[in-house]
Amino acid sequence: MTAIAAAKPPKRRRGLRRAATAWSFVLPFAAMIAVFVAGPVLASLAMSFTDIRSADVRDPLGVDLVGFANYAKLFSDELFGRAVGNTAIVVLAGVPLTLALGLAAAIGVNSGLTRFRSVFRVGYYLPVVTSIVAVAVVWRFLLQPESGLVNSLLRLAGIDGPNWLASTTLALPSIIAMIVWRGLGFQMIIFLAGLQAIPRELYEAAKVDGAGPWRQFLHVTLPSLRPTLLFASVVGMIGLLFVFEEPFVMTRGGPLDATTTVSFQIYSQFGFGNYGYAAAMSYALFLAVVLLSILQFRLLRSDDER
Amino acid sequence: MAVTVLAPSPPATQPATAPRKAKRGKDRVASIALHTVLIAGLLVMISPFLWTLLSAFKPDREIRTVPPTWWPQHPTLDNFRELFERLDFPLYFTNSALVALAVTAGNLLICSATAYALAKLPFPGRRALFAIVVGNVMVPVMVTFVPTFVLVSRLGLVNTYAGLILPNIALAVNVFLIRQYMLSLPDELLESARIDGAGEWRIFWRIVLPLCRPVLATVGILTFLGSWNNFLWPLVVATTEDHYTLPVALALYSVGQNQTQYGLLLAGSVVIITPIVVVFFLLQRHFVQGIATTGMKS
Repeated sequence: MTAIAAAKPPKRRRGLRRAATAWSFVLPFAAMIAVFVAGPVLASLAMSFTDIRSADVRDPLGVDLVGFANYAKLFSDELFGRAVGNTAIVVLAGVPLTLALGLAAAIGVNSGLTRFRSVFRVGYYLPVVTSIVAVAVVWRFLLQPESGLVNSLLRLAGIDGPNWLASTTLALPSIIAMIVWRGLGFQMIIFLAGLQAIPRELYEAAKVDGAGPWRQFLHVTLPSLRPTLLFASVVGMIGLLFVFEEPFVMTRGGPLDATTTVSFQIYSQFGFGNYGYAAAMSYALFLAVVLLSILQFRLLRSDDER
Repeated sequence: MAVTVLAPSPPATQPATAPRKAKRGKDRVASIALHTVLIAGLLVMISPFLWTLLSAFKPDREIRTVPPTWWPQHPTLDNFRELFERLDFPLYFTNSALVALAVTAGNLLICSATAYALAKLPFPGRRALFAIVVGNVMVPVMVTFVPTFVLVSRLGLVNTYAGLILPNIALAVNVFLIRQYMLSLPDELLESARIDGAGEWRIFWRIVLPLCRPVLATVGILTFLGSWNNFLWPLVVATTEDHYTLPVALALYSVGQNQTQYGLLLAGSVVIITPIVVVFFLLQRHFVQGIATTGMKS
């Protein structure tokens, strides 16, 4: 008994020392995260209930609590409504298109028939690593009405191409096309990893059962890729919900707000100095992202459990 | 920062290809059809870059000609000369490189140390910290940049390198990636070093970090890329030209008074894209090697 009691303090001290050592590894990260992520996440929420403006940064005493007024304003803000609609279109069109083309590219590159697979892999992936700003500038010129590459190709086919980015109906689809072009290589890499994890015996068994390539795709590839699809769709959706650079560079949200997005509105309100309102917008978007992610997990997982 | 996860190129498990002689005619037709589609796709992916690269060497008048030319008829370096002499692109380039290097170095040090503690050192608060790491991965800059800007401006760091670098110096996603890799390191190795009397920091420096080279390379590349291409935060915090990074400068020129100077803007895109593409091609090989060697070991 006494021996144990005597042995205890040094042991506990050793435990403390080990904890201190561990925390010496963790401390810089913990400090940075507390200051630059956790703090701002909470501060953003707090700011969204105030009328803080850029002038109040120097003199925080001028800030008043306004309750849910900023959030209420979101519902009557027509421009914000427009931005929500546009963002929804970008996500609803962009995610399925990117996934479908990324999967098609992965299957093509992965099939035993393909040579030069690394050339295709690198080529399709190339746009992913490039700066969205630079690529958006490039696409603005590709879509020029007269001298752009796209309309020149259409002209070869005898079609008179429109002024894509100046049209209220075509500007948003043009931006979506660019997003899909830039994003499909990323999804391709994810799907390639997923495809290579499917046991070949499954395909052999399907062949023995007389399944052709299409039925193999439907009954072996797609079900086996379910976790990959879930991951790819959640990542794709989150990325597109925050779409910002493309409209900033290509259209400045125009023409007539036809390409304004939620993130674009957040940035504009920040630019106007309406920090409280911008914070409310960003929190609403954050909430939407979290809820939609949970929803997607539920949808794709419940199928699995059936 | 836009989180792009560049998965290391898929493992080298090639599907067994039957000897070419045995390939039936049907396979050959399918193969030709497949290659046609894949090559068409490749052209769609690559041609914008080729066209941009070539057009950057054309005078403005030629860029505007209808129909457009592919190969420059009057090749010129004027666009680049203007970028580097009239505009401050050397400065923006230096800013981008400085910020990206500092952010990468900071992340490699801070995140690998954190990852080591999370993977190999039991301590009170470990589970909570890991939960925070995972949660942080999902917090986008769009949600935090307004209060972060208020904080940074109260610290007097607006328009400083510290303001550009610090908020991105410890990214949760990197801790996550490195931790996953460190979990696979054998505990016996660390234990025997401990018995030999090595302290944890020494073990970390001498044993763990060298073993983690593949994942550190991946994380380093991704972080550099993310920082080089980062747009929103530098746009917010760099309020005068002397602290612009390349994407900020290009974006603001492209919507400002230079917006009709096509050659200039395309040359600017070339300046941003080229270093990344070069690094990408070089390290693509490095990746394959890294995977091949780890594959051999296991």
